[in-house]
Amino acid sequence: MASSGSGYDLSSSTFSPDGRIFQIEYAAKAVENAGTALGLRCRDGIVLAVEKPLVNRMLVAKTTGRRIHTVDEYAGLAITGFVSDGRQIVNRAREEASNYEETYGTKIPPETLSARISTYVHYFTLHGALRPFGASTLVAAYDPGTKRHSLHMIEPSGVCYEYYGAAAGRGRQLARTEMEKLSINPARVASGGGEGEGGGGGGGAITVADGVRQLAKIIHSLRDDAKDKPFELEMSWLCEGSGWKHQGVPRDVIADAVEWAKKEIKDNAEDEDDDDDDEEEEVGGGDVMEE
Amino acid sequence: MMFSQPMMSHQLTADADAYAGKSAETRHLKPGELSTGTTIMAVSFDGGVVLCADSRVSTGSYVANRASDKIAQLHDHIWCCRSGSAADTQALTDYVRHFLAQLAVETGRLPEVKVAAHLMRRLCYQNKDNLMAGVIVGGWDPVCGGTVYNIPVGGACIPMPFALGGSGSTFIYGLVDAEYRENMTKDEALALVRKAVSHAMARDGSSGGIIRTVVATEEGNVRDYVSGNALPYGPAGW
Repeated sequence: MASSGSGYDLSSSTFSPDGRIFQIEYAAKAVENAGTALGLRCRDGIVLAVEKPLVNRMLVAKTTGRRIHTVDEYAGLAITGFVSDGRQIVNRAREEASNYEETYGTKIPPETLSARISTYVHYFTLHGALRPFGASTLVAAYDPGTKRHSLHMIEPSGVCYEYYGAAAGRGRQLARTEMEKLSINPARVASGGGEGEGGGGGGGAITVADGVRQLAKIIHSLRDDAKDKPFELEMSWLCEGSGWKHQGVPRDVIADAVEWAKKEIKDNAEDEDDDDDDEEEEVGGGDVMEE
Repeated sequence: MMFSQPMMSHQLTADADAYAGKSAETRHLKPGELSTGTTIMAVSFDGGVVLCADSRVSTGSYVANRASDKIAQLHDHIWCCRSGSAADTQALTDYVRHFLAQLAVETGRLPEVKVAAHLMRRLCYQNKDNLMAGVIVGGWDPVCGGTVYNIPVGGACIPMPFALGGSGSTFIYGLVDAEYRENMTKDEALALVRKAVSHAMARDGSSGGIIRTVVATEEGNVRDYVSGNALPYGPAGW
């Protein structure tokens, strides 16, 4: 790596001569190889899914080391990367949500919550004595004032964007390509329901129930069961059906989704034996977002 | 709710001079403190709110200002009527205006009347020992439309279809209870507040002057007044 040994990668308070901050890039690297975290904005809500690798056979997987956390009645976070760093972000998000409600008497709007979390994350990239967070955060939240639901992602650098579909961790680029196919961005769907950018319902035709299956499929399709370690699939939603509360997807619903996903993957694999052309759909540019 | 405190005997003797010559309405004020011994009210109607106030500011029996403005703007479509200590309520509205402006910039949208009332309530409750303030917050927002909150002395916060406040309000509760109807038009609400406040001004010694009104709707705010010689009820018409 060009940066190591040059001395410019020791502190996040020093720019390199070509204007980079290597500590932030290393923090992003820490997320790149962690379990996949996905978020999908559907017509009637948001779905979050995280792949939690099981490091030990004796782990009580269902309850410990959780990657998805409820922050407020209508807000949930999914974290990936250094999970203990992520927990710190979750705690801060809870503080921000409850402070806001105490002060103003209303729920914190999703954009404000995300902006405040990203301010916190960004702060850790400014000081020489601090280390940037090695975690990416997906924020699913509902705004009772505007009746809008939204999905944001905050990266270790502190940037925060709103997405129709967001992915972090291992296989995120492939996951994004798969999510694009779900036609969840109304601006890109020619005959979409006429919903403008950021419109009330948002998302194309896909429902939360569908979204759960699709995310299960994406996470399972990214894996090679022969090579990869066993994992637990954590999922949560925040939708009309849950009264817009953020809560875990019921285990039987996840189990059904996984069963469907495995069958789909198997069927697709059999189809591909017939025509072997449209493989290798590489999306160029890595995952650096240019502005 | 409020409970009146029994007055201690030492207070009666020690503060007797300070309270000499004060009426029952102004006894709570510190010596020299200006009071908006007042009649204020707000009525919500379909699509907005009408706020109304008399214009008298008094120190005991002396009228310090006969054409004051007790209706203060908190944000684009949010207003409040002030009663109690003029200094306290001015400071409170300044704070709430400041916090609302900050919030509007941070969230990039119009604040709700609910939020304005909550901020006012917090300030009134947390500083209740040092304040003499009863305010009515009213206005229009995109979520709830026309909304009125009453925040009496002590720092409760009560959403209401209409609210009365100030020393003059006691004289007109019966009138307003009898005349208020749900789903009034803007003009009906305006007529009601003018009639009610003019009756209060006629009977309450510390209310008087002119009637000021503000109509807050999505389209904007309309200020108006009825001058003292053109009140719907009162000495001029007797």
